[in-house]
Amino acid sequence: MVPVSYYFALSAILFTLGALGVLIRRNAIIVFMSIELMLNAANLLFVAFARTYGALNGQIYVFFVIAVAAAEVAVGLALIVAIFRSRQTVNLDEISSMKG
Amino acid sequence: MTGDLLLFFGLAIVAVAAAVGMLASRNAVYSALFLIINFATIGVFFLLLGAPFIAMAQVTVYAGAIMVLFLFVIMLLGAEQVQQPGGGGWQRPLAILLAVALVVETAVLIFGGGASQAILPAASDYGNPQAIGMELFSDFLLPFEITSVLLLAAMVGVIVITKEDRKKPE
Repeated sequence: MVPVSYYFALSAILFTLGALGVLIRRNAIIVFMSIELMLNAANLLFVAFARTYGALNGQIYVFFVIAVAAAEVAVGLALIVAIFRSRQTVNLDEISSMKG
Repeated sequence: MTGDLLLFFGLAIVAVAAAVGMLASRNAVYSALFLIINFATIGVFFLLLGAPFIAMAQVTVYAGAIMVLFLFVIMLLGAEQVQQPGGGGWQRPLAILLAVALVVETAVLIFGGGASQAILPAASDYGNPQAIGMELFSDFLLPFEITSVLLLAAMVGVIVITKEDRKKPE
């Protein structure tokens, strides 16, 4: 078997890439995809830990995370569509009217 | 033994390369397709970790439904190309620096904290859909029902958010 720490490392790398995407990309849809990448890295960690300890709870949590992510994606994309309708852009630097 | 490692590293390279490709693509459609590759490889990792039910949910819900929604919105808005702003160039090196710091920190935590125990052999029925279902409908029944309410609320919310306001056209 592959040592479980390798899975931790892979999950950390994927999470970091997602965080990097949130920081450097300005397209709201790609930022949103990066958030999905981070959720998936966390899911991978959940399943790896569940396998390590032989417990099923981790897999159940991943099931709930997937359900919540589906709801989150639907609401988030609806917000992006609504913003695009009123502002004609998805560039995050141009959507700053609520900035103090 | 080495076959497992080869499989792991091959898939890990594909997953990381797909994530990098998602970040680097100029076109949002390519980003979405790279992300589908990444989700599929993570699904295979779930299979390797003894979670076939979660792997199937990953492929159908994430790589299927969610990414179809993403592609649909990208093409609906015609937002494939968003030009990177010329200004704010200092943000990118800083973000990369912070990302490297995060990787180093997690590496220290993972490999310095003695968390590298070997994976125990699992029971024969570990992670199969029947076991998951038994767990889901006994100990986790209340969260499961709450999830259904959450999905309904999200659905209603999406319809309300995207509904055209017919009374006062702008």
